[in-house]
Amino acid sequence: MRDRGSAFLMAPALAWLAGLMVVPCALVLALAFFRRGLYGGIDWTFTLENLALVFDPLYGGILLNSARIAGLVALIAAVAGYAAAFAIVSRPRHWQPVLLFLAVLPFWSNYLIRTYAWIVLLNREGLIVQAARWLGRDGALPQMLYTEGAVIAGLVYAYLPFVILACYAPLSRLPRDLAEASRDLGGSGFTTFRRITLPLTLPGLAVGAVFVFVLSVGNFVTPALLGGGQFQMVGTLVYAQFLTAGDWPFGAALAMVLMAVMMLLLVAQTWVAERGTGGRRDA
Amino acid sequence: MPDSGAGRLVLLILAAVFAFLYVPIAVLVGLSFNASGLPTAWTGFSTRWYAALLQNGEILGAARNTLIVAAASTAIATLLGTALAVGVELRRRRSRGIEALIFAPMIIPDIVLAIALLSFFSLLRIPMGLHTIVMAHVVFNLAFVCAVVRARLKSFDWSIVEASSDLGASLVTTWVRVVLPVIAPAIVAGALLAFTLSVDEFIIAFFTAGAGRASITLPMQVYAMIRFGVTPEINALATLVMGASLVALALAQRLNRRTLGA
Repeated sequence: MRDRGSAFLMAPALAWLAGLMVVPCALVLALAFFRRGLYGGIDWTFTLENLALVFDPLYGGILLNSARIAGLVALIAAVAGYAAAFAIVSRPRHWQPVLLFLAVLPFWSNYLIRTYAWIVLLNREGLIVQAARWLGRDGALPQMLYTEGAVIAGLVYAYLPFVILACYAPLSRLPRDLAEASRDLGGSGFTTFRRITLPLTLPGLAVGAVFVFVLSVGNFVTPALLGGGQFQMVGTLVYAQFLTAGDWPFGAALAMVLMAVMMLLLVAQTWVAERGTGGRRDA
Repeated sequence: MPDSGAGRLVLLILAAVFAFLYVPIAVLVGLSFNASGLPTAWTGFSTRWYAALLQNGEILGAARNTLIVAAASTAIATLLGTALAVGVELRRRRSRGIEALIFAPMIIPDIVLAIALLSFFSLLRIPMGLHTIVMAHVVFNLAFVCAVVRARLKSFDWSIVEASSDLGASLVTTWVRVVLPVIAPAIVAGALLAFTLSVDEFIIAFFTAGAGRASITLPMQVYAMIRFGVTPEINALATLVMGASLVALALAQRLNRRTLGA
């Protein structure tokens, strides 16, 4: 009786997810194995060419470059986010929720608008150029917008709150007497941090860094807006295959590889986290 | 932090992080009120760019489309997502397959769902427009509504449902008078979250809107405008959109507190 009612209640939503998520995703997976048609359509003959093309030097290079940029973004966001979370935890208890809320607040505003804010800052008449002029620096500054640096800055900006949130939870739960004990036993501040605080809060940091990497590597909006017309990452490449180049099977193959990389990372992160809590503690 | 050196370092880190997070937004908001509209000089406070916004038919049309999509997808997602949440919690056994299916829309990259739906709709020759954006937005919205309602149901004592029927209440009466009042704040909070997500969503809408201007949403309009550079109108529009998100967030926060406190 209870299970029949349950099935009845779940059916519409599950049907929606099956019809508009599972089937379309399976379709895209399948598309990767067919030939591109002459006029942008699909020629239903089986091929592995699309997957091979993903790893060809040109496109493989873009894939590697996306991974490198996402790696840099994850690293910068991890260091800055951890430092910020550490600083928040060091403040008096009653201040912490307010600071945390303020750190996460920008996360709730529109992604496009947060990216646009960087165009306002970095463009040739933007605030940074104005500030440099005001400080008496004459002559042209190097181009800032439409560079790889702008893309990295934009991605770090977009996802930093995420790392702060992921690091705050384990840091705030860390018993204070652990650090005190370490200091009493003669450990310096740095030793305490390296041997006690960091190992115990590493899983939270790893969650944050992996998510930042995953969100950055397939990102489309930030490279498209801050990287300029020629700048390519996997996300912009997938976009181009579907909306301008008309090579859907290749776009599908790219998306498939992207998904595989993300899945692998998320699984690896879960595995590490489970090992970290259940496994050895001698680090 | 016992020694003041470390204490000062902490304050420095906080100042740097908050400056990094808030300066770009503050500049944007400030510029939207600059009479000249340019970053080169402050020529006085003005709301003329907001007035210009209200005269811009393209932006108003896009805003209308966004509200239609958000309202429709929120309504459907709230209904389906709530039923799903109750259904899942009612079951005695957990099914890993169902859990994965519900979790998937929250982690699947939006570009992947976007191209999947575009391929699906075009291969089935379904004409695209606002209705296909709604169908797509329901996919992730129902997952979020479900998550919020489930969190509320976790602490629900199912024995009061049995008590209600033992005391002679019909099934419908039990649901409407016993279960619904308990989960109502979570349903509203979930709906609010869904509405906000739908209003802000860009990539999936962009791919499932079909050709032509008729079904352009506000984020699509913003994207098109941003690509042509910085204009005072975008600054004003961006400020309004951020203000609206802030209000929605404050509302959700209040509801959530009441949910948890109840």
